[in-house]
Amino acid sequence: MLAPALILVGIVALYPLGKTIQQSFTNQQFLAGIEPTKYVGLANYRKLIHDELFRDAAWVTVKFTVITVAFEFVLGLIIALVVNSSFRGRGVMRAVMLVPWAIPTVVCAQMWRWMYDDVFGVFNDALVRIHVIDHNVAWISEPKTALAAVCAVDIWKTTPFVALLLLAGLQVIPRDLYEAADVDGASQWRQFWRITFPLLRPAILVALIFRTLDALRVFDVFFVFFGSRVDTQTMAVYNQNQIVTIGDVGYGSAVSVGIFLIIAMFVVIYVSVIRVEQQ
Amino acid sequence: MSTAVEAATRAAAQPTAARRRRLRRLVRRGPFYLLLALIFVYIVFPFYWAIRSAFTPDEDLFRTPVQYFPEHPTLGNFREVLSTSDFQRALINSTIIAGTVTAIALVVGSLAGYALGRFRFRGRSVSLYLMLSMTIFPQIAILGALYTMITRFHLYNSLRALILSDLVLVIPLTVWILTTFMRALPPDLEEAAYIDGASPFQVFYKVMLPLVAPGLVTAGLLAFITTWNEFLYALSFTQTPDKHTVTVAITTFTGKSGSTFQVPWGQIMAATVIVTLPLIVLTLILQRRILAGLTAGAVKG
Amino acid sequence: MAEIAFEDVTKVYDGGTLAVEDLTLEIEDGEFMVLVGPSGCGKTTALRMVAGLEEISEGEIRIGDRVVNELTPKERDIAMVFQNYALYPHMTVEKNLAFGLALRKLPKEEIRDRVHRAARTLEIEEFLKRKPRALSGGQRQRVAMGRAIVREPQAFLMDEPLSNLDAQLRVQMRVEIHQLQRRLGVTTIYVTHDQVEAMTMGDRVAVMSEGRLQQVDHPEVLYRKPVNEFVAGFIGSPSINLVESRLERRDGGLEVEFGEHRLAVDDQLAGNISGLERYVGKDVVVGIRPEAFEDASLGSQAPPGRRLDATCDRTEPLGSEVLAYFTVKARSILPSAEGADAVYLGEAGEEASEPLARLVARVDSRTKIAEGSPMTLAVDTSRLYFFDPTTKGAV
Repeated sequence: MLAPALILVGIVALYPLGKTIQQSFTNQQFLAGIEPTKYVGLANYRKLIHDELFRDAAWVTVKFTVITVAFEFVLGLIIALVVNSSFRGRGVMRAVMLVPWAIPTVVCAQMWRWMYDDVFGVFNDALVRIHVIDHNVAWISEPKTALAAVCAVDIWKTTPFVALLLLAGLQVIPRDLYEAADVDGASQWRQFWRITFPLLRPAILVALIFRTLDALRVFDVFFVFFGSRVDTQTMAVYNQNQIVTIGDVGYGSAVSVGIFLIIAMFVVIYVSVIRVEQQ
Repeated sequence: MSTAVEAATRAAAQPTAARRRRLRRLVRRGPFYLLLALIFVYIVFPFYWAIRSAFTPDEDLFRTPVQYFPEHPTLGNFREVLSTSDFQRALINSTIIAGTVTAIALVVGSLAGYALGRFRFRGRSVSLYLMLSMTIFPQIAILGALYTMITRFHLYNSLRALILSDLVLVIPLTVWILTTFMRALPPDLEEAAYIDGASPFQVFYKVMLPLVAPGLVTAGLLAFITTWNEFLYALSFTQTPDKHTVTVAITTFTGKSGSTFQVPWGQIMAATVIVTLPLIVLTLILQRRILAGLTAGAVKG
Repeated sequence: MAEIAFEDVTKVYDGGTLAVEDLTLEIEDGEFMVLVGPSGCGKTTALRMVAGLEEISEGEIRIGDRVVNELTPKERDIAMVFQNYALYPHMTVEKNLAFGLALRKLPKEEIRDRVHRAARTLEIEEFLKRKPRALSGGQRQRVAMGRAIVREPQAFLMDEPLSNLDAQLRVQMRVEIHQLQRRLGVTTIYVTHDQVEAMTMGDRVAVMSEGRLQQVDHPEVLYRKPVNEFVAGFIGSPSINLVESRLERRDGGLEVEFGEHRLAVDDQLAGNISGLERYVGKDVVVGIRPEAFEDASLGSQAPPGRRLDATCDRTEPLGSEVLAYFTVKARSILPSAEGADAVYLGEAGEEASEPLARLVARVDSRTKIAEGSPMTLAVDTSRLYFFDPTTKGAV
């Protein structure tokens, strides 16, 4: 009775990946039927290794990942610690913190794009008014600020979520540890480093993994902000472009496999770090 | 009755003392509340800005200096957006897709969750890890394969294409959540049911399923939200506006006011408000459930 | 109504663990059979094999005249009461009781009839519309029993149903279950680790240890004629005192060492135990139940050879009697079944130098025995038990 459900799940999980790998060895085009598809061996992969654009896109992605994950963690931890203490309206605060996660990323992107607007945007207006900058900045179009602008959106959207995950981890720590430390006369700072941080480590690691992997596959924000602008592509944007716009499904599949391998590499790194941790 | 009057008079007689105490507490926790307020503003401000922009007429919107509070609030933007057939269509599409995907994912997820959570068989832990890894899988990696499948079945530019793609995305998630819930149930309930004479399906339907109802709600919510917010596949597999989902529609908004070659920000913000309002309400009400599902996955992972 | 039979039943788990070994047992129709033993002895596994919740590795189990090895629980027509009750939390008590009947598509009238009858028998009628979480432990236990009764099955299987109840409730329920079973006359297998439950409830009791059946008989027989050290030690509370000893012939009778004391074996007892002769001059294990002792100052004079002077280490007044703890210079043994190694009880750090055995005597509450002071115990040497030191079997 359960076999069909499990088989379906198996297909859902494995088939797409297998197909992608298979396709990466072909020269399949989006508008198939014009030219018969045939296998081209490792040609796509050779092309991939020399692909400058892909390398740039990968670099952009990695930069984005490092910046956002770092900020989200520090800010998220601070927020989690603040929200952890009991106060009236904590439930409301938690609910509010979940909202950014729940809305579509593209909607966020549009909201921020409007706030970043070079002429009518609120950021320019406010920053000029309080004399932080002296003239409007084209946050999105300007190459120097583009990455920062995009990172800010993701940080805004995801920090509360990271905070909530860490909060869940914090709430598992038994109260009496802190009470015992108080009795022993440990300062708040000491308590944080000796009690909170070590016990929070597993939650931090898990959240770290999820966030990193999420960041590596980022697409929505970059697409809304920059479209197919070449200097600000992420791997995902580049890949989508290949398959849908340019139409080279064969090569695009190879790119997909490349992305997958890069991500898998990060997973392996993380898992080994965890393994070391557990020893 | 007399005790109540006594208590009241006693309370009234010590207003200054209590007030002084409260004030002191406030001062000590001052910086704390300030931080809290800052966090709150940080999260809420973009929403405020979107709402404010939605209610601001175009003349005031595209003008400097910027109005922080709309001086002539209007419903015009909303009217425009809601009367755009494309946007209406997009709302309907998203609802259909999200609803269908959620329903299917829950059925498949609960059956698979039951199998993985309660039976021992070869390859079980492998399957579980597979499910977990699928939830962090990059969507982009299977774009090519999905595209091929979709064209092969002539599903390009159809809602069914998106239902299919989103199922690939969502099913591992629901399976994982429901497996966790199923695993938590005590084994003797099943055994009692078997002894009472239930077939495996009856055990599933009459005993296990009702007991994992909270899990179903959580999984359903997450499935719905994930599908509703999905963008990559919706963008790649549809072509004509009548097949767009809400996420795509919001990024390709051209609006009815053909006079401007400006981006119709007022209407985009109105659309944003329309799209996010139900989500916000849903999240605020059901935040506990959603969090439970997410942390179950994260912590177990 | 049916007999249940185990024939050379063995259960081996996937990892190689042997849970039940060559169990052969016949339970008569309408009998209340108790399976008793320490944790891990295999009693629950045996019960679950009858229920169909565990696969049978070897052997056959018969219910009635059917071999049920391949049958599903549903087909076996048995009902089970679980240790944690396993009530369906999302259903009312009424629905819980009716569940099995509804599954078998019985007509609504009959279901309602049976449910109400069972509810009346167990006095849970007022709870019919409540959900399990609104009930106390004792009430839930009754509902669990009710669920078994409505099914009117061929046999009841009970897996330690009273272990989660508090002591007083347990005593009360013991009586009720016993009476209920008498009234209904349904064959029942009852699993417990509590030997008091076993002795008071069972028509016959099967003692198990490490997967093997040690002895099955009426409770009194198990008490008086245990077949090995294990059964002797398991039945009876506080446990029987077992020490290593030697059997000697002295003054025309048999005498046994009891630490630094010598006890004369009652002649009639010696005559009744065949095979005791073979142990003369050899090592033997002697068992004396705490209740075989008495405060010598309370009764008639005890002759030497049936008397023991010792210092009382500790007393535990139980109200109806007093437990007096004392030590004797002997090696005491923890009762184990055949094949197991003897375990010596002694003080920590003490090796072969001075073996000390901590023993217990159960004396009448009128006693004046006090902690730390000397006492004289009278020993009823017609109630001695003898065991072979190597096989652990009774002599």
